[in-house]
Amino acid sequence: MRLLPLAVFAALVCLLAFGIHWNEHHEMTEVPSPLIGKPAPDFTLPYLYEADKTLSRSELLGKPYVLNVFGSWCPTCQYEHPILTDSVKKLGIKLVGLDWRDDPDDAKRWLAQFGNPYDAVITDRDGRAGIDFGVYMAPESFLVDAQGMIRYKRIGMFTPELVRSELLPRIAELAKPLQATP
Amino acid sequence: MRGLAALLMCVLALRAFAIDPLPFKDRAEEVRFQNLTKELRCLVCQNQSLADSEAQLAGELRRQVFEMMQSGKSDEEIKQYLVARYNDFVLYDPPMKPGTWLLWLGPGALLIVGVGVLLNVLRKRARQAVADIDPEEDW
Repeated sequence: MRLLPLAVFAALVCLLAFGIHWNEHHEMTEVPSPLIGKPAPDFTLPYLYEADKTLSRSELLGKPYVLNVFGSWCPTCQYEHPILTDSVKKLGIKLVGLDWRDDPDDAKRWLAQFGNPYDAVITDRDGRAGIDFGVYMAPESFLVDAQGMIRYKRIGMFTPELVRSELLPRIAELAKPLQATP
Repeated sequence: MRGLAALLMCVLALRAFAIDPLPFKDRAEEVRFQNLTKELRCLVCQNQSLADSEAQLAGELRRQVFEMMQSGKSDEEIKQYLVARYNDFVLYDPPMKPGTWLLWLGPGALLIVGVGVLLNVLRKRARQAVADIDPEEDW
Protein backbone atom coordinates (compact mmCIF):
# COMPACT_ATOMS: atom_id res chain seq x y z
CA MET A 1 0.00 0.00 0.00
CA ARG A 2 2.87 2.38 0.74
CA LEU A 3 4.32 1.57 -2.70
CA LEU A 4 1.07 2.56 -4.42
CA PRO A 5 2.15 6.15 -5.25
CA LEU A 6 5.40 4.81 -6.71
CA ALA A 7 3.50 2.25 -8.79
CA VAL A 8 1.13 4.92 -10.09
CA PHE A 9 4.09 7.13 -10.93
CA ALA A 10 5.84 4.27 -12.73
CA ALA A 11 2.67 3.52 -14.71
CA LEU A 12 2.43 7.19 -15.70
CA VAL A 13 6.07 7.22 -16.85
CA CYS A 14 5.39 4.09 -18.94
CA LEU A 15 2.34 5.70 -20.51
CA LEU A 16 4.22 8.89 -21.41
CA ALA A 17 7.22 6.93 -22.71
CA PHE A 18 4.87 4.90 -24.88
CA GLY A 19 3.32 8.14 -26.15
CA ILE A 20 6.71 9.54 -27.14
CA HIS A 21 7.69 6.26 -28.80
CA TRP A 22 4.39 6.13 -30.68
CA ASN A 23 4.74 9.73 -31.89
CA GLU A 24 8.23 9.09 -33.18
CA HIS A 25 7.18 6.08 -35.21
CA HIS A 26 3.86 7.27 -36.55
CA GLU A 27 2.92 10.17 -38.74
CA MET A 28 0.28 11.76 -36.52
CA THR A 29 -1.41 13.65 -39.34
CA GLU A 30 -1.93 10.47 -41.36
CA VAL A 31 -5.57 9.46 -41.58
CA PRO A 32 -5.96 5.76 -42.49
CA SER A 33 -8.20 5.35 -45.51
CA PRO A 34 -11.50 3.53 -45.00
CA LEU A 35 -11.32 2.50 -48.68
CA ILE A 36 -8.70 -0.20 -48.25
CA GLY A 37 -10.19 -3.60 -49.10
CA LYS A 38 -13.10 -1.86 -50.85
CA PRO A 39 -13.73 -1.27 -54.55
CA ALA A 40 -11.96 1.75 -55.95
CA PRO A 41 -14.46 4.57 -56.52
CA ASP A 42 -15.83 4.92 -60.02
CA PHE A 43 -14.27 7.59 -62.18
CA THR A 44 -14.15 8.71 -65.78
CA LEU A 45 -11.46 11.29 -66.30
CA PRO A 46 -9.87 12.91 -69.35
CA TYR A 47 -6.35 12.03 -70.37
CA LEU A 48 -3.80 14.78 -69.91
CA TYR A 49 -2.40 14.45 -73.42
CA GLU A 50 -5.69 13.71 -75.19
CA ALA A 51 -8.24 15.75 -73.31
CA ASP A 52 -11.10 14.63 -75.54
CA LYS A 53 -10.57 11.00 -74.55
CA THR A 54 -11.33 9.59 -71.11
CA LEU A 55 -10.14 6.72 -68.96
CA SER A 56 -12.56 5.05 -66.55
CA ARG A 57 -12.25 2.65 -63.66
CA SER A 58 -13.83 -0.18 -65.66
CA GLU A 59 -11.28 0.14 -68.47
CA LEU A 60 -8.50 -0.53 -65.98
CA LEU A 61 -10.04 -3.75 -64.65
CA GLY A 62 -8.19 -6.97 -65.37
CA LYS A 63 -4.72 -5.82 -64.42
CA PRO A 64 -3.43 -4.31 -61.18
CA TYR A 65 -2.13 -0.77 -61.22
CA VAL A 66 -0.71 1.92 -59.00
CA LEU A 67 -2.61 5.20 -59.06
CA ASN A 68 -0.27 8.01 -58.11
CA VAL A 69 -1.82 11.36 -57.18
CA PHE A 70 0.44 14.25 -58.10
CA GLY A 71 0.41 17.86 -59.19
CA SER A 72 2.90 20.22 -60.75
CA TRP A 73 2.25 22.56 -57.80
CA CYS A 74 3.35 19.93 -55.29
CA PRO A 75 7.00 20.13 -54.18
CA THR A 76 7.01 16.69 -52.54
CA CYS A 77 5.89 15.16 -55.85
CA GLN A 78 9.10 16.48 -57.31
CA TYR A 79 11.06 14.60 -54.64
CA GLU A 80 9.04 11.48 -55.28
CA HIS A 81 9.40 11.69 -59.04
CA PRO A 82 12.82 9.99 -59.41
CA ILE A 83 11.63 7.24 -57.03
CA LEU A 84 8.67 6.54 -59.29
CA THR A 85 11.03 6.37 -62.25
CA ASP A 86 13.73 4.33 -60.56
CA SER A 87 11.88 2.07 -58.12
CA VAL A 88 8.15 1.85 -58.82
CA LYS A 89 8.44 1.55 -62.61
CA LYS A 90 10.86 -1.36 -62.22
CA LEU A 91 8.22 -3.40 -60.38
CA GLY A 92 6.55 -4.05 -63.72
CA ILE A 93 3.15 -2.75 -62.59
CA LYS A 94 1.08 -0.28 -64.53
CA LEU A 95 1.53 3.24 -63.18
CA VAL A 96 -1.35 5.65 -63.68
CA GLY A 97 -0.83 9.32 -62.80
CA LEU A 98 -3.73 11.35 -61.46
CA ASP A 99 -2.94 14.99 -62.04
CA TRP A 100 -4.83 16.47 -59.11
CA ARG A 101 -6.41 19.98 -59.30
CA ASP A 102 -3.76 21.20 -61.62
CA ASP A 103 -3.58 23.24 -64.78
CA PRO A 104 -3.05 20.68 -67.60
CA ASP A 105 -0.50 22.95 -69.28
CA ASP A 106 1.51 23.19 -66.05
CA ALA A 107 1.36 19.41 -65.68
CA LYS A 108 2.59 18.91 -69.25
CA ARG A 109 5.46 21.30 -68.66
CA TRP A 110 6.30 19.56 -65.37
CA LEU A 111 6.35 16.12 -67.00
CA ALA A 112 8.35 17.44 -69.97
CA GLN A 113 10.92 18.86 -67.59
CA PHE A 114 11.32 15.91 -65.23
CA GLY A 115 10.25 13.05 -67.51
CA ASN A 116 6.99 11.12 -67.59
CA PRO A 117 7.09 7.93 -65.50
CA TYR A 118 3.40 7.15 -66.06
CA ASP A 119 1.81 4.66 -68.42
CA ALA A 120 -1.23 6.93 -68.49
CA VAL A 121 -1.93 10.37 -67.02
CA ILE A 122 -5.48 11.49 -66.27
CA THR A 123 -6.60 14.83 -64.92
CA ASP A 124 -8.86 15.77 -62.04
CA ARG A 125 -8.90 19.51 -62.39
CA ASP A 126 -11.53 20.42 -59.80
CA GLY A 127 -10.53 17.72 -57.30
CA ARG A 128 -13.84 15.81 -57.34
CA ALA A 129 -12.30 12.43 -58.14
CA GLY A 130 -9.74 13.19 -55.45
CA ILE A 131 -12.55 13.55 -52.89
CA ASP A 132 -14.00 10.19 -53.96
CA PHE A 133 -10.60 8.59 -53.37
CA GLY A 134 -10.29 10.36 -50.02
CA VAL A 135 -7.20 12.23 -51.19
CA TYR A 136 -6.21 15.03 -48.87
CA MET A 137 -2.62 15.72 -49.80
CA ALA A 138 -0.17 15.01 -52.57
CA PRO A 139 1.50 12.76 -53.33
CA GLU A 140 -0.70 9.82 -52.45
CA SER A 141 -0.64 6.39 -54.08
CA PHE A 142 -3.18 3.58 -54.30
CA LEU A 143 -2.53 -0.02 -55.25
CA VAL A 144 -5.59 -1.32 -57.08
CA ASP A 145 -5.89 -5.01 -57.95
CA ALA A 146 -7.21 -6.63 -61.12
CA GLN A 147 -10.72 -6.75 -59.63
CA GLY A 148 -10.65 -3.01 -59.00
CA MET A 149 -10.22 -3.31 -55.22
CA ILE A 150 -7.97 -0.90 -53.32
CA ARG A 151 -5.35 -3.00 -51.57
CA TYR A 152 -3.02 -0.40 -50.15
CA LYS A 153 -2.64 3.35 -49.82
CA ARG A 154 0.47 5.38 -49.27
CA ILE A 155 -0.09 8.91 -47.91
CA GLY A 156 2.92 11.03 -48.76
CA MET A 157 5.87 10.22 -50.95
CA PHE A 158 7.37 6.82 -51.59
CA THR A 159 10.97 6.25 -50.67
CA PRO A 160 13.02 3.39 -52.15
CA GLU A 161 12.77 1.68 -48.71
CA LEU A 162 8.97 2.01 -48.64
CA VAL A 163 8.71 0.65 -52.17
CA ARG A 164 10.70 -2.38 -51.02
CA SER A 165 9.05 -2.91 -47.64
CA GLU A 166 5.43 -1.93 -48.34
CA LEU A 167 4.63 -1.87 -52.04
CA LEU A 168 6.65 -4.85 -53.27
CA PRO A 169 5.20 -7.46 -50.86
CA ARG A 170 1.67 -6.22 -51.56
CA ILE A 171 2.15 -6.55 -55.29
CA ALA A 172 3.45 -10.08 -54.69
CA GLU A 173 0.27 -10.78 -52.70
CA LEU A 174 -1.93 -9.78 -55.61
CA ALA A 175 -1.52 -13.24 -57.08
CA LYS A 176 -3.64 -14.47 -54.19
CA PRO A 177 -7.32 -13.47 -54.28
CA LEU A 178 -8.55 -10.96 -51.71
CA GLN A 179 -10.31 -12.36 -48.66
CA ALA A 180 -13.96 -11.43 -48.70
CA THR A 181 -14.46 -8.25 -46.68
CA PRO A 182 -17.67 -7.59 -44.80
CA MET B 1 -4.11 55.85 -36.96
CA ARG B 2 -7.44 56.14 -38.72
CA GLY B 3 -5.72 55.09 -41.95
CA LEU B 4 -4.37 51.99 -40.24
CA ALA B 5 -7.81 51.13 -38.89
CA ALA B 6 -9.30 51.56 -42.36
CA LEU B 7 -6.60 49.31 -43.84
CA LEU B 8 -7.26 46.72 -41.17
CA MET B 9 -10.97 46.83 -41.95
CA CYS B 10 -10.21 46.25 -45.62
CA VAL B 11 -7.97 43.30 -44.86
CA LEU B 12 -10.57 41.79 -42.54
CA ALA B 13 -13.28 42.32 -45.14
CA LEU B 14 -11.12 40.58 -47.75
CA ARG B 15 -10.49 37.71 -45.37
CA ALA B 16 -14.21 37.33 -44.82
CA PHE B 17 -14.62 36.92 -48.57
CA ALA B 18 -11.72 34.49 -48.79
CA ILE B 19 -14.11 31.84 -47.45
CA ASP B 20 -16.03 31.27 -50.65
CA PRO B 21 -19.46 32.91 -50.65
CA LEU B 22 -22.10 30.30 -51.46
CA PRO B 23 -25.50 31.14 -52.89
CA PHE B 24 -27.73 30.17 -49.96
CA LYS B 25 -31.42 30.50 -50.64
CA ASP B 26 -32.27 31.67 -47.13
CA ARG B 27 -30.84 32.28 -43.69
CA ALA B 28 -31.97 28.89 -42.35
CA GLU B 29 -29.99 27.07 -45.01
CA GLU B 30 -26.92 29.14 -44.24
CA VAL B 31 -27.21 28.39 -40.52
CA ARG B 32 -27.59 24.68 -41.26
CA PHE B 33 -24.50 24.81 -43.49
CA GLN B 34 -22.49 26.64 -40.83
CA ASN B 35 -23.51 24.20 -38.11
CA LEU B 36 -22.73 21.20 -40.27
CA THR B 37 -19.32 22.41 -41.42
CA LYS B 38 -18.39 23.28 -37.84
CA GLU B 39 -18.90 19.60 -37.00
CA LEU B 40 -16.53 18.46 -39.75
CA ARG B 41 -12.79 18.47 -39.55
CA CYS B 42 -10.48 19.75 -42.26
CA LEU B 43 -8.03 17.03 -43.28
CA VAL B 44 -5.27 19.48 -44.15
CA CYS B 45 -5.26 21.79 -41.11
CA GLN B 46 -6.37 19.07 -38.76
CA ASN B 47 -7.17 21.34 -35.83
CA GLN B 48 -9.58 23.41 -37.87
CA SER B 49 -13.12 22.71 -38.90
CA LEU B 50 -14.29 22.84 -42.50
CA ALA B 51 -16.06 26.07 -41.60
CA ASP B 52 -12.84 27.74 -40.46
CA SER B 53 -10.19 26.35 -42.74
CA GLU B 54 -8.86 28.24 -45.72
CA ALA B 55 -7.13 25.15 -47.13
CA GLN B 56 -8.08 24.41 -50.71
CA LEU B 57 -9.39 20.97 -49.82
CA ALA B 58 -11.67 22.52 -47.18
CA GLY B 59 -13.10 24.80 -49.86
CA GLU B 60 -13.74 21.82 -52.12
CA LEU B 61 -15.38 19.88 -49.32
CA ARG B 62 -17.54 22.89 -48.40
CA ARG B 63 -18.65 23.05 -52.01
CA GLN B 64 -19.42 19.32 -51.87
CA VAL B 65 -21.42 19.73 -48.64
CA PHE B 66 -23.30 22.67 -50.14
CA GLU B 67 -24.15 20.75 -53.30
CA MET B 68 -25.34 17.75 -51.31
CA MET B 69 -27.55 20.05 -49.23
CA GLN B 70 -28.99 21.48 -52.45
CA SER B 71 -29.80 18.00 -53.71
CA GLY B 72 -31.79 17.33 -50.54
CA LYS B 73 -29.36 15.13 -48.60
CA SER B 74 -29.73 15.05 -44.82
CA ASP B 75 -26.90 16.04 -42.48
CA GLU B 76 -26.47 12.38 -41.60
CA GLU B 77 -26.12 11.38 -45.26
CA ILE B 78 -23.54 14.11 -45.85
CA LYS B 79 -21.54 12.98 -42.82
CA GLN B 80 -21.70 9.36 -44.01
CA TYR B 81 -20.49 10.45 -47.44
CA LEU B 82 -17.40 12.05 -45.91
CA VAL B 83 -16.77 9.27 -43.39
CA ALA B 84 -16.82 6.71 -46.23
CA ARG B 85 -13.95 8.60 -47.88
CA TYR B 86 -12.01 10.15 -45.02
CA ASN B 87 -12.75 8.00 -41.97
CA ASP B 88 -14.43 8.93 -38.66
CA PHE B 89 -11.59 11.40 -38.32
CA VAL B 90 -13.66 14.00 -40.22
CA LEU B 91 -16.23 14.04 -37.42
CA TYR B 92 -15.51 16.28 -34.45
CA ASP B 93 -18.10 14.21 -32.61
CA PRO B 94 -16.84 10.64 -33.06
CA PRO B 95 -19.38 7.80 -32.89
CA MET B 96 -19.53 5.42 -29.93
CA LYS B 97 -18.02 2.07 -30.98
CA PRO B 98 -15.47 -0.38 -29.54
CA GLY B 99 -12.55 1.62 -30.97
CA THR B 100 -13.71 4.81 -29.24
CA TRP B 101 -14.85 3.41 -25.88
CA LEU B 102 -11.63 4.54 -24.22
CA LEU B 103 -12.08 8.00 -25.72
CA TRP B 104 -15.68 8.32 -24.53
CA LEU B 105 -15.51 6.52 -21.20
CA GLY B 106 -11.86 7.13 -20.26
CA PRO B 107 -12.32 10.60 -18.71
CA GLY B 108 -15.35 9.44 -16.68
CA ALA B 109 -13.46 6.37 -15.47
CA LEU B 110 -10.48 8.54 -14.49
CA LEU B 111 -12.82 10.89 -12.61
CA ILE B 112 -14.39 7.99 -10.69
CA VAL B 113 -10.94 6.61 -9.79
CA GLY B 114 -9.79 10.09 -8.75
CA VAL B 115 -12.81 10.73 -6.54
CA GLY B 116 -12.36 7.26 -5.01
CA VAL B 117 -8.72 7.96 -4.15
CA LEU B 118 -9.62 11.40 -2.78
CA LEU B 119 -12.39 10.00 -0.53
CA ASN B 120 -10.06 7.29 0.69
CA VAL B 121 -7.36 9.81 1.62
CA LEU B 122 -9.84 12.19 3.27
CA ARG B 123 -11.38 9.40 5.35
CA LYS B 124 -7.96 8.24 6.49
CA ARG B 125 -6.96 11.78 7.45
CA ALA B 126 -10.21 12.34 9.35
CA ARG B 127 -9.59 9.17 11.36
CA GLN B 128 -6.00 10.26 11.99
CA ALA B 129 -7.14 13.71 13.13
CA VAL B 130 -9.62 12.23 15.63
CA ALA B 131 -6.96 9.90 17.03
CA ASP B 132 -4.50 12.77 17.37
CA ILE B 133 -6.73 14.79 19.69
CA ASP B 134 -5.62 14.30 23.24
CA PRO B 135 -8.66 14.84 25.51
CA GLU B 136 -6.33 15.61 28.44
CA GLU B 137 -4.56 18.34 26.61
CA ASP B 138 -4.67 21.69 28.29
CA TRP B 139 -6.03 24.33 25.98
